[in-house]
Amino acid sequence: MQRINEKIQAGKILVSDGAWGTYLQQKGLSPGECPELWNIEHYDEVLEIAKSYINAGADMIETNSFGGSRFKLEHYGLERRVFEINKAAAEISRKAAGIEKHVLGSVGPTGKIVMTGNVTPEELYEAFKEQSIALEEGGADAIVVETMSDLEEARQAVKAAKENTGCEVICTMTFERTVDNDYKSMMGVSPSQMVDEIIDHGVEIIGANCGNGIEGMIQIVKEIRKVNRTIPVLIHANAGIPVFKDGATVFPETPEQMAGFVNQLIDAGANIIGGCCGTTPDHIRKVVEIVRAV
Amino acid sequence: MEGLLEKIAYCVEFGKINKNAPYPPDMKDQDGADELTKQAIDQGINADEILKKGLVTGMEKVGIKFRENKVFVPQVLMSAKAMSTAMEHLKPFFQSGDVKRKGTFIIGTVAGDLHDIGKNLVAMMIEGNGWEVIDLGTDVKSEKFIETLRSYTGSYIGLSALLTTTMVNMEKIVKDIKSEKPDIKILIGGAPVNEEFREKIGADFYSPDPQGAVEYLNKLIA
Repeated sequence: MQRINEKIQAGKILVSDGAWGTYLQQKGLSPGECPELWNIEHYDEVLEIAKSYINAGADMIETNSFGGSRFKLEHYGLERRVFEINKAAAEISRKAAGIEKHVLGSVGPTGKIVMTGNVTPEELYEAFKEQSIALEEGGADAIVVETMSDLEEARQAVKAAKENTGCEVICTMTFERTVDNDYKSMMGVSPSQMVDEIIDHGVEIIGANCGNGIEGMIQIVKEIRKVNRTIPVLIHANAGIPVFKDGATVFPETPEQMAGFVNQLIDAGANIIGGCCGTTPDHIRKVVEIVRAV
Repeated sequence: MEGLLEKIAYCVEFGKINKNAPYPPDMKDQDGADELTKQAIDQGINADEILKKGLVTGMEKVGIKFRENKVFVPQVLMSAKAMSTAMEHLKPFFQSGDVKRKGTFIIGTVAGDLHDIGKNLVAMMIEGNGWEVIDLGTDVKSEKFIETLRSYTGSYIGLSALLTTTMVNMEKIVKDIKSEKPDIKILIGGAPVNEEFREKIGADFYSPDPQGAVEYLNKLIA
C-alpha cells in the first residue's frame, strides 16, 4: 500500500473523514458513557460510521479511539483494557477501509498537564506507546495525534508512535482565535511554534483540528506555510461553532458552506481535508466533489 | 512595607512560587511568593493586607491578562500555584478569624463530563480572590450540588462543561437546584457555553473567562 505521504508528494489532495464523537451520540451514546467501549459493545454501530465515510469517498478514516489512553479509560475503570479497546477500534476501521484506504489511529489528549506535576513526560510516553501499538496491531497504517494544546504532550505522543510503530505519524493541534485575531492553542502555542517544535520529533504530517470552523483554518494553514513550505498539512475542521437549539447543541455549518472554503484551504497549502465535530458523511461527500474537481 | 506586598503581588502575577522554582527564568534565585509571604507575616504585616494587596492583586492581574489572551493556561497555573503556596501561610489567620473569606463558592463539572482544566482555573481564580472554594470535582449530579448547598448556606454555585453533549445537562442541574433553592445564584462556563445558552437554561451569569466570574461574585457581595 502506498503511504499517505507518497500520494501527497505525487501532488494529490486527499480527503479525510468527518466527526465520530457527535455521530456516536446520534447513534445513542449517552453522556457519561465511554465512547471507546462501543468498539466492543456496539461493534455494528461503530462499523456503520466507519463505512459511511468510506462510502462518502474519503481516502482515509480515523478510529474510535480518541479517548483510548489509559488516563482517559481509567475514568471508566477500563485502564486495563487499553490494548483490547484500541485494537478493536482499528480493526473496525480497517474492515470498513479495505486494503486501499488509510486507517488513522486516533490518539487524543490525556487531560493531564505535565507542568502542574500531575503527570511526568515518561508516563505520557508509556500511555501513548501502549495505545499506538494496539492501534497498529488492529490495522492502523497511520497514527493521528490530535486536539493537542500542549507541546510537551504532543511531543511525547509523536515520539511514542514514531519509535514503537511503523505507522506514519500525524499531529494536529487545536487553535482558537484570540482577541488579537491570531490563533493560539489553549496552552498558548501558535501554529508556527507547533511546526518548529514538533517536526524534529519525527512527525510526517502536521495540521489543525476542531477549533472555530473551516474558515479560520485558512489563516492557520497560511501561518504554517510561512515557516514550512514542504511538510504535508492535514485539516480536520468543525462544522462551525456549536449553537444551542431546541434543547440540543447543533453545529451550524452545512455541507455546502464547508465545501465553499475547500479551494481556499487548498490554495493556502493544505494537502488533506476532513471534518471534526458536527461534520457528517454529507459534508465529506461535498468536500470530495470539490477536491476531485481540482 | 508597601514594597514587600507589591513584591508578593508580582510573584503571584508572574508565577514565582519560591526561591528554588525555575519559573519564570528571569527571577532565578530570587525569593518567591512563599518566602516573601512568610517575611511579611514575620514583620507583623496584617494578614488581611497580605491577602488583599499581595495575593488578590496578583491574581487579578493575571486574570485580566488571561482574559485579554496576553497569557495562557500555563502562566495561570503557575500563578495559582504561587498563590496557593502563599495562602498556606495565611491559613492560621483564616482559622482564627483574623481574616475572613468573602463567601463560599461551590464548583463542579456537570454530570457526564470528566474535564477539569477549565473548572480548576475558575476555582483557583476565585480562591485567589479571597473566597472559600468547595470543589466537587467532575461528573457532578444535581443531588451533590444540593446536598453541598445545605452545608454551606448562602453560597454561590458554578457549573462547568467542555462538551456540547454535556452542556445540555447544565439545564437539568440549574432547574433542580433552583426548584430546591430559587434564590441561589448559578454561574456557568465552558468552551461551548455562551450568553444565549445561559438565558435559555435560566442560569444567572455566564462568563467566557474566570476573571468575569470573580468580578460578578464580588459585585454580588458589594
